[in-house]
Amino acid sequence: MDLQIFALLVQDGVTNGAVYALLALALVLVFAVTRVIWIPSGEIVAYGTLTLAGLQAGKSPGTVGLLAGMAVVAGSFEVYACLSRGEAHRMPRQLALWAGVPLAIAAASWWLATFELPFWAQILVTLALVTALGPLLYRIAYQPIAEASVLVLLIVSVGVHFALTGLGLWFFGAEGSRTPPFSAASFELHGVTVSVQSLLVVATSLALITALYLFFGRTLTGKALRATALNRTGARLVGISPDLAGALTFTLAALLCAFSGVLIGPITTVYYDSGFLVSLKGFVGAIIGGLVSYPLAAAGALFVGLIEAFASFWASGFKEVIVFTLIVPVLLWRSLTTTHHEEDE
Amino acid sequence: MSSGRKLPFGAWGAAAFVVLLVGVPLVAPQFWVTLGNYIGLYSIVALGLVLLTGVAGQTSFGQAAFVGLGAYTTAYLATTYGVSPWINLLVGLVLTTLLALFNGVLTLPMRGHYLPLATIAWGISIYFMFGNVDFLGGHTGITSIPALNLFGLELRNERYYYYLIWAIALAALWTSNNLLDSRPGRAIRALKGQGQMAEAFGVDTVRLKIVVFVYAALLASVSGWLYAHLQRFVNPSPFGINQGIEYLFMAVVGGAGSVWGAVIGATLITLAKQVLQDVLPTLLGRSGNFEIVVFGILMVVVLQRAREGVWPWLARLLPVREPPPVPAAEPLALRDRTLLAGPLLDVRAARKRFGGLIAVNDLSFAIHAGEILGLIGPNGAGKSTMFNLISGALPLTSGEVVFRGESIGSRKPFAIARRGIGRTFQHVKLIPQMSVLDNVALGAYLRGDAGVLRAAFKLDRAEEARTKAEAARAIERVGLGAHTHAAAGSLPLGKQRIVEIARALAADPLLLLLDEPAAGLRFLEKQELAALLRQLRAAGMTVLLVEHDMDFVMGVTDRLVVMDFGEKLAEGLPAEIQRNPVVLEAYLGGI
Amino acid sequence: MESDAAVTALLEVRGLHVAYGKVEAVHDISLTVAPGTIVTVIGPNGAGKTTLLSAVMGFLPVQGDVRYLGAPAGALSVEQRVARGLILVPERRELFAAMSVADNLELGAFQRIRRGDRGWRDTLAEVYQRFPRLKERRDQLAGTLSGGERQMLAMGRALMGKPTLLMLDEPSLGLAPLIVREIFRIIADLRSTGVAILLVEQNARAALQVADYGYVLETGELALEGPSSELAANPRVAATYLGRGVAAAGS
Repeated sequence: MDLQIFALLVQDGVTNGAVYALLALALVLVFAVTRVIWIPSGEIVAYGTLTLAGLQAGKSPGTVGLLAGMAVVAGSFEVYACLSRGEAHRMPRQLALWAGVPLAIAAASWWLATFELPFWAQILVTLALVTALGPLLYRIAYQPIAEASVLVLLIVSVGVHFALTGLGLWFFGAEGSRTPPFSAASFELHGVTVSVQSLLVVATSLALITALYLFFGRTLTGKALRATALNRTGARLVGISPDLAGALTFTLAALLCAFSGVLIGPITTVYYDSGFLVSLKGFVGAIIGGLVSYPLAAAGALFVGLIEAFASFWASGFKEVIVFTLIVPVLLWRSLTTTHHEEDE
Repeated sequence: MSSGRKLPFGAWGAAAFVVLLVGVPLVAPQFWVTLGNYIGLYSIVALGLVLLTGVAGQTSFGQAAFVGLGAYTTAYLATTYGVSPWINLLVGLVLTTLLALFNGVLTLPMRGHYLPLATIAWGISIYFMFGNVDFLGGHTGITSIPALNLFGLELRNERYYYYLIWAIALAALWTSNNLLDSRPGRAIRALKGQGQMAEAFGVDTVRLKIVVFVYAALLASVSGWLYAHLQRFVNPSPFGINQGIEYLFMAVVGGAGSVWGAVIGATLITLAKQVLQDVLPTLLGRSGNFEIVVFGILMVVVLQRAREGVWPWLARLLPVREPPPVPAAEPLALRDRTLLAGPLLDVRAARKRFGGLIAVNDLSFAIHAGEILGLIGPNGAGKSTMFNLISGALPLTSGEVVFRGESIGSRKPFAIARRGIGRTFQHVKLIPQMSVLDNVALGAYLRGDAGVLRAAFKLDRAEEARTKAEAARAIERVGLGAHTHAAAGSLPLGKQRIVEIARALAADPLLLLLDEPAAGLRFLEKQELAALLRQLRAAGMTVLLVEHDMDFVMGVTDRLVVMDFGEKLAEGLPAEIQRNPVVLEAYLGGI
Repeated sequence: MESDAAVTALLEVRGLHVAYGKVEAVHDISLTVAPGTIVTVIGPNGAGKTTLLSAVMGFLPVQGDVRYLGAPAGALSVEQRVARGLILVPERRELFAAMSVADNLELGAFQRIRRGDRGWRDTLAEVYQRFPRLKERRDQLAGTLSGGERQMLAMGRALMGKPTLLMLDEPSLGLAPLIVREIFRIIADLRSTGVAILLVEQNARAALQVADYGYVLETGELALEGPSSELAANPRVAATYLGRGVAAAGS
């Protein structure tokens, strides 16, 4: 391998790693606040790419129907909850929040899709559509059993992953999609070709990570989410509702996943079921950070991207084998260095 | 479930099951025989998961990889070298054992959610391996696998093959059921969330987890071998992580707490998928992978609404038999009780430091054979820490704990249990669904030696009878004879604490450590507990009682050691301690 | 009747039962806290004191009647109770260990800030005045505080929510006598600000000194109740909880 190839592989690895890092952060966030190991994050990433591809093709993306369907389900959950708790007076507000808002986003996107939107506007519509799925998923699948053990929540995640994969096929079809690059330009740096696309991906990731950092450090909402992650009982004692924290967390996480989907679109062809492997790679990163440390998770994700790039150069068929076998020692190390409580098992 | 019952369900249920099982291939159309075959294959794998996940609490999403190993081993050896499938079965089992040991040693020490994630990781790795290794045929797989030959009869007909699959499935059910009702079985049940308690009674939990893991992997491997010779063709797709998840889901839906849950789960999921695959496309007017959507939603709904699965619900409908009285049997051997010179237990300048906090600061005291020593002090004084230093739950920072002349400080809990120190827990640690008898029998774990194999084939019955009789005696001794067969979790807290004492007594201890046994007890229950302790002392038992309740210790102890802020505040007879102004000030809170 | 109760009782518990599975931890308890008073519940370890507070706070499912501010509170969530000024300082403090003292205090006013209540900064100044130690350490992580400072932070965080009824679970637990004295001085001082306090303590002597009214809880049931001075004079309480005449009780 010469320097040129080495530099290319590093560039590939860092670009992929930057996308995995967003995913890893989303996974750490979700786990820390809700204790959910969010396997289906990958499907959200795939939805992100496929939604953007749909808009590119001038079609109304399948996400519109999916979002509307989930809004109806979440709305009926809320009606049921209000009635069974004898709080009928709260119903209009809850319905507007859980069904009205997502339906409005779906309707607006459906209408906007009929125009020839500029690329940046398509990206905005994609982000709005896909992000709106996050809180609905939490409301429907996780909130009813938010107090269950980590393990039960993990199995629920697997169920959600199945459902979303199947729904992906239904709404987006079996064909893979690739979105055009943000920029086709490239330049030479010390004899190495650097693509502007890669730089954009890395820069976007960095910008998002900085924004997250500020959000958690400076805003009351960010602090409330951190507090919930640190001490759930303590958070309830100051009046932070776990339902609210969960819904907020899933909104943020879905936003990160939607960004990942938009960024990964030009790098690789995405199918309705591509998400699973992508999310597992994000997981490797997250787990390197013990599912608690954001910087370590981001570094871990970068490491996964690099390993993947080099593995695909040396033994492309065994790329996944290498990446996933690597998790096991990492898991072992994390498990041995974390203190556990027996009741969690 | 309850071990006293011979048949897990009523005779009619059993008869119906047998008739259905034998009758299907005789009369049903081909389609149903095929379904029956798959249900059998899946049941075998799910059975392993009932033991591993449902009973032992170790979640694995990766079982499909072991199924694949069994299938690919025989497919490759039979097609490439023409080796007999029966030899391949053995080779497959050996390879599976090796791989399971390797995976198990690496992943089973992991706790919490790390283990299931690791199983996903190696499940995926092995799946991609099958698809990328050239000699296994890549993604196309291996074709023209020969049919099985049994006593000269070629099992090409699926109707014959059905009997082979179900014979193996039933054998697996039988051995698994035996295993659960045995010495290792009781320990396996304790693995789920009660590892610390099991260690305190001498169970090597890490090793036992690996044994259960290998057992489950071997069942999966057998299922894979059967699958290869049924299909006579293998490719990687049925051994991926999705199938691994489905196996786990079968166990969960059926009811992962019982071996029958595996069969019920495999049946329900197989039938449901079949129906969904047939019905959904016509319903929706489009073809596609819709059953996976319904399947996924079903998983979420089951977990939200019926986390224990179908079996407990079915079991309630079935008649419960009155468990028979425990038959008398020869007692188990007692340990050497020779009195040695000096104190039974000698704590010398024990110190425990947590970060900057010194929880126990150079504490020294001794317990003499035949006495009840009370260790008391206000909340946060370090009593529980001191207790854990003696029982081995925490290592000493410095100092020494000497038991019968031997230093035992910082030894593992099971090594300390082996030397004759029995304990109870401040927060009751019983296995709630298990009977009082089985809970107490777990206390006698170190007094038997039946292993998994002996238990699975019911070769442990003589030892088992003696253990049960010993447990029944300990239960009588503490006065709970009327509750022998009740589920431990159904007793009130006061009685559960007494069950803990019975369990400690079943271990035949020289020294009994009681951690706040009176906490949360009502007045009458405290009186009963005090009477029991006096009775034990009269029989020669030595007891260390760590307690907060002053009134209680005054009545039952011979001597008291008072702790405050990790140090010894006073030591003496109860009457002296009651008059000690320093103790009163510290204990009752000065302002 | 309704309005009467609202005037005379801030918190009114009638026939409360709490069970963990089949084991009943609190059995048929009735108690009342009037506005601006300090009421204490004393009793030994495991008597159900913490369970009682958790139940009133809404963490546990209960049977029986809990009325707060004159309205039934049984169906309210923990967060809704906090919004109505019912605030608990738990035995385990439950601080946000990896966040600064200032952030912990700010989060104590979470609901007020979200409602747009600008007054929270004044409350913060009051809390710093009451606990100068917290002001000194405002940038330090809560997890690095000493036991006494943690208790102060827990109380300060609760005060940030502007409690109408403050429930304190074993505030003296594990603290050195000097600090216990300081904590009780602050509790007595809080009464003058109009906050009602429900105080659960094992340190019966200190609790009865500071409280107006007391209940004795034993194995999940109320054994005695009365004005604190009467309880302190009761021979049974004196023997069991105040250390006077222990020898007599032991025999």
